[in-house]
Amino acid sequence: MTSVLIHTHNRYSIRNFLQGYISVLALLTLFVPLPASAEYGDVVINKRAEKAGMRPVIFPHWFHRIRFRCRVCHTEVGFEMRAGSNDILMSDIIEGKFCGRCHNNKIAWGPQNCQLCHSGLPGLKSGVRGSTTTGGPGRW
Amino acid sequence: MIDRISNIFLVGCFGLFITACSESPTLSAPPGEQIFVPDGPGKWLTIMADGLHDPNGPGAKQLQNPAEALFYLPSAYSGNKVRWVEAIQEGYIEPRASIVDDNYEMQVIDLDVIRTRTGELPMVLFPHKKHTEWLECSNCHEWLFKSKRGATRFGMFDVLSGEYCGRCHGAVAFPLVECFYCHSVRRSDLKKPVTELEMHK
Repeated sequence: MTSVLIHTHNRYSIRNFLQGYISVLALLTLFVPLPASAEYGDVVINKRAEKAGMRPVIFPHWFHRIRFRCRVCHTEVGFEMRAGSNDILMSDIIEGKFCGRCHNNKIAWGPQNCQLCHSGLPGLKSGVRGSTTTGGPGRW
Repeated sequence: MIDRISNIFLVGCFGLFITACSESPTLSAPPGEQIFVPDGPGKWLTIMADGLHDPNGPGAKQLQNPAEALFYLPSAYSGNKVRWVEAIQEGYIEPRASIVDDNYEMQVIDLDVIRTRTGELPMVLFPHKKHTEWLECSNCHEWLFKSKRGATRFGMFDVLSGEYCGRCHGAVAFPLVECFYCHSVRRSDLKKPVTELEMHK
């Protein structure tokens, strides 16, 4: 009788230990910093590019914020502050909307320099990159 | 019981799997390529090896590497490894405020907001000054944050999910690993207790 009791007790403690250990491990993985890739704030824009046979677009925030304050793009040009909510057509850019407000051969180089924006690795998904510094509930 | 253990084990494996699957740079610059990569806290990946640009494409080798510009700005340990507000305040950079009006001046207001309901953590101090040097009022008000005190209710979970402060912080502005950049006001440091959302000049 006693041996059975001890046996059950042991089994329980091993189970508790395993449970605790593994759930702590699972929780930790949520908060482990993810390996860095891209520069902080790089945006991959690939809703249409690859379907149209072009490399995905990489937009570097760091490069632009040295030259322009946030309000220039997010107020004057009209980019919404949410990856995916700006429907950017190449025809719009050529007509001088979105990126084309500056990339028009006057303020910055024009849209004939395809390869400078369309420089991403094939197969990248759209979204903000370089920023997933926590593995928490975020969705960047 | 074995089912339960294996379930929990699977969750653990899933977590590890997610971590392992996150993109890591596997590419390196072609040999013989001269790229400026400084040592120290500011370490930036090169365009050719950042796991994002296609090193075989025609464009990647024409682009500026982050290190070539960011090395000269006030350094930080996270994000772009740059203290952007300091860079603008101390004149390291002078980003244009408008592409429409050459005489446009940023409407900088000096107004601090303290958010008091932060549980065990120090209270959050929001400095309008640092934000209005980059942004204008309508970038945040009234659609995302109401001007009326206490009218915008959100928590850290919203921020971590990319809402409210998380629209920028965690994406382009300093990342959410820097808890105490925002949670900077200790309750014990205040002479009198603040009750709700307190604003002062």
